Amino acid sequence: MKLTLEVWRQKNSEDKGKFETYTLDNANEHMSFLEMLDVLNEKLTKEGKDPVAFSHDCREGICGSCGCVINGRPHGPDEEVATCQLHMRKFEDGQKITIEPWRAKGFPVLKDLVVDRSAFDRIMHAGGFITVSTGSAVDANLMPIPKAIADEAFSAANCIGCGACVAACKNASAMLFVAAKVSHLALLPQGQAEKTERVKKMVKAMDQEGFGNCTNTGACEAECPKSISIRHIARMNREYLSASIASE
Amino acid sequence: MGWLKETFTSSIGRKLIMSITGLFLIGFLLTHLSGNLLLFIQDQGVAFNEYSKFMSTSPIIRVLEVVLVAGFLFHIVDGIMLSIKNKKSRPVGYKKRSGSESSFFSKFMPQTGLFIFIYLIIHINSFTIKHRVVEPGNLDFYGTVSDAFRYGWGGFYWAFYVLAMVLLAFHLNHGFQSAFQSLGLNHKKYSPIIKTLGSLYSIVVPAAFAAIPVYFRFFYTA
Repeated sequence: MKLTLEVWRQKNSEDKGKFETYTLDNANEHMSFLEMLDVLNEKLTKEGKDPVAFSHDCREGICGSCGCVINGRPHGPDEEVATCQLHMRKFEDGQKITIEPWRAKGFPVLKDLVVDRSAFDRIMHAGGFITVSTGSAVDANLMPIPKAIADEAFSAANCIGCGACVAACKNASAMLFVAAKVSHLALLPQGQAEKTERVKKMVKAMDQEGFGNCTNTGACEAECPKSISIRHIARMNREYLSASIASE
Repeated sequence: MGWLKETFTSSIGRKLIMSITGLFLIGFLLTHLSGNLLLFIQDQGVAFNEYSKFMSTSPIIRVLEVVLVAGFLFHIVDGIMLSIKNKKSRPVGYKKRSGSESSFFSKFMPQTGLFIFIYLIIHINSFTIKHRVVEPGNLDFYGTVSDAFRYGWGGFYWAFYVLAMVLLAFHLNHGFQSAFQSLGLNHKKYSPIIKTLGSLYSIVVPAAFAAIPVYFRFFYTA
């Protein structure tokens, strides 16, 4: 495969950054997108140029480390995959591919395609946890949870925190991520102790990080590699309003 | 009282204001339309003039008008503040944007909202200001409406109204169901019904409003 790659290059967070165009002759359709970038970096290194920085870790779509906007879509043209699971067979020979980092005030670019997603960590620290008694582990399935509730909680727990929702949203809103966490824990009995405080604290932390507001366009759920539904955003709204207005 | 400020300045609290005021304005559109339909009665405007006289003199309507203006102001000011915040949340945009993403109507809410706001000022100036301030003694409301749509703006006033109603339809199409989502009312059983109702409402109500200028411009005979 022959490819023309238009890649965002930025030395550090202070640098203004610009697009550079590279050609790659030895890509093939069996490569993953990140393997294609590895090949590009090998070439750049041999030419004495600075390789393109990008985030990655597990390369099997579960860690949430990777992610860039590929031809205008977070995680690229395939459905329900992270960037690492995207394959080059989804592209045409001779195609031009534009590769950009997540763009959001809450995700400042550190270098090239790498953004600082510690805003998500701070939101999690604010309330994305439960308290449990330590000691020996309790028996599995000791606490009965109806199947439908467990399924719904699991559909939220699928969130890998990659940030594609923020990247896709025209307002750079982080509501789908925060909603997935709030919804997951609010549905399960283990999350009840902090239920009202959690949603207030997490929303407050989200607002402080400079993410935009949700206008219910649904762009986030369309691009989410784990297909998390905006139904969870409605649940977070409900949790927040009842925690703020109805609770004592 | 700190909770009040915290709630209504939070992102979700602001959505709550948008949705409550939006639903209120959706309700207002229905009452406004029901009165306007009197224009279609073939009585040379007797019923419509009677109704308009009541609307412009009743003290109850005067009080409700204040509530209505407040509803509009909260919706508009909150909308502007949210739009500014949302713009600031992505200081550097994308070079390439591809469109698998969101529903068409949801993308242009600030733009359609702005156009409807401009329309609103022209609309109030043409009818409310004319009868309350410029010609307070003139009770021929029906004549004002028919003249405006037959001759106004060199014969194009009616077209401006039809365009405004098309954009209102776009705004309502997303706004109606979005209001429920913001309130947290998303339900497997009821959301499809709300979406269908919203789509119907966003077509039927603006179409009925738009029928008025079309009727006076093309089908009215004095």
